[in-house]
Amino acid sequence: MALLEIKEVSRRFSDLVAVDNVSFSVNAGEFFTLLGPSGCGKTTLLRMIAGFDQPDSGTITLDGIDLKNTPPEKRPIHTVFQSYALFPHMTVEQNIAFPLKMAGQSESEIKTKVKATLDLVALNDRAKRYPNELSGGQRQRVALARGLVNRPRLLLLDEPLGALDAKLREQMQIELIALQRDTGVTFVFVTHAQAEALALSHRIAVMRAGKIEQLDEPDRLYGQPKNRFVADFIGNVNMHDATVRTIGDTLTLDLGKLGKVVAPLRKNQSLKEGMSGAFIIRPEQVSIRAASEPSGDPNQFVGTVNDFLYIGDVTTYIVDLPDGARIEALLPNSAPGRAKFFELGDPVRVSWKAEAGAFLDS
Amino acid sequence: MRRSPLLWFSVAGVFAFLYIPLIVVVVFSFNDSKLNAGWVGFTFKWYQILVNDKAMIDAAINSLIIAFTASFLATLLGTMAGIAMYRYKTRFLPFMTLTPLAMPEILLGVSLLLFFISVLGTESLSLFTVIIAHTTFCIGFVAIIVRARLTGMDESIFEAARDLGATPWKTFRIITFPLIMPAVIAGMLMSFTLSIDDFVITFFTAGVGVPTLPLTIYTMIKIAVTPEVNALSTLMMLLTLGMIVIASRVAPGFLEKSEHIGEDQ
Repeated sequence: MALLEIKEVSRRFSDLVAVDNVSFSVNAGEFFTLLGPSGCGKTTLLRMIAGFDQPDSGTITLDGIDLKNTPPEKRPIHTVFQSYALFPHMTVEQNIAFPLKMAGQSESEIKTKVKATLDLVALNDRAKRYPNELSGGQRQRVALARGLVNRPRLLLLDEPLGALDAKLREQMQIELIALQRDTGVTFVFVTHAQAEALALSHRIAVMRAGKIEQLDEPDRLYGQPKNRFVADFIGNVNMHDATVRTIGDTLTLDLGKLGKVVAPLRKNQSLKEGMSGAFIIRPEQVSIRAASEPSGDPNQFVGTVNDFLYIGDVTTYIVDLPDGARIEALLPNSAPGRAKFFELGDPVRVSWKAEAGAFLDS
Repeated sequence: MRRSPLLWFSVAGVFAFLYIPLIVVVVFSFNDSKLNAGWVGFTFKWYQILVNDKAMIDAAINSLIIAFTASFLATLLGTMAGIAMYRYKTRFLPFMTLTPLAMPEILLGVSLLLFFISVLGTESLSLFTVIIAHTTFCIGFVAIIVRARLTGMDESIFEAARDLGATPWKTFRIITFPLIMPAVIAGMLMSFTLSIDDFVITFFTAGVGVPTLPLTIYTMIKIAVTPEVNALSTLMMLLTLGMIVIASRVAPGFLEKSEHIGEDQ
């Protein structure tokens, strides 16, 4: 049985439907992420799970028990807030001991658990400090420790890495994964940062306008997005309007003025000839070479380099195609001593294999 | 950076303006002369007279009873009002609570007098009515200080407490109250000082039986300003000063800028 079950939950705020008939379940031990742009309803959903808000309809059950009449303090669910919400008048130690005290545990028990948790987040030397004497990363770790110390059934994390700088964020991501694994606590994580979601989660629910667009494992979400929104929201993607011409073992798609491409036919995809939709391909699946060099790929176009973004490990080339469309191709800079393969205006050939890319009907 | 002498001069001027009259009162309370002009010699005489002045002592006791009770009640109600204003963001509540602050005292005095006479009867004017009146005009001050303290504080602190297992009452006791403590103390102190030296509203609501210190002093100086008033003023000054010292001990952060109780985390 699933640990947390969200069933047909809706929440309206006057004229806005924040959460629209959402259903999903989270398994014990899972790192589950609600991903979506701001205003998609993910935080509202989180607040309803924590008990700060009530659904207008639908049920939220934990271990099979309806949480409807359980106030936040009675739920075995703790939250790590975006602002950390540390108690400013209490030391690190007192902050972490708070949930244990509220649970009425004995002094000795509290002492042992606080000590163990301080070890877990490597904050032993900060035990007597006040929150305002800590760095952002340290506050973050105190908030996590406080949320985990009493081993809740569920830990909710509301954009906990949002306030950290890029370097620290990456480090905290690694720590989060380790913490989740070591404690075995189920995490429900809310974020708008897709890369963070992909890196951390076992499963991700992509939300938009109060609904779940797709719920999948990270690699499936990235590799087989269900629709244009998900494809565009997760990672970078080249997208072109397309019409289905023929359906066989593979698909032939008409890209208008650009001509035809071959794309793989996905399982469970019911398509009809003449159907219109979008052809998508990830930049790293697009090969790029000088226009004079031939390519064996069935899909290829010649264009000119319009721009390139040198990131360090990779360079993204933006290529103008004859019909005015643009395509991005990613080239790893793995060859030592060589960073730039093409100049602006160079004629180049972009190509990809028959199994790359996909057709989306919505 | 070097500050201009003009700036120093104006600072000194303002402080002189504020404190020299107070110092003069203290000095003359020890002056062995019936006239408040020129130093004659040192004496404790006026303090002796003051201590033996039954009317003055009665008035002082009245004033203290009123100030303690009214500031306590105003702090209780004002704190609740301040928290409510923070939590429920209505316009109505601040409007209703804070309007009496802007109202002319004389208006408040007259309206309270009319209210007491018409509702409780002419015989009702007493210590009780003065306490009610003082509480009324102090609530707003406490509320505004408490709300200022809460404003800008991270609201999720209070949610976090609930989330981690604290009932609403425990959240108030362990989280909210310690955080607003300096404001509560400041509010109580302010109410106390406002109450103990209030003249106008007291004048309307006290009736004849309840002279307070300000009322008694006013009656005295109508006849003649004796150094006894200076002695009394000196004692009141000491009392106020003592309260500020106590407040800064009880609520660290009351005098200085708040550090680890701040909102910037």
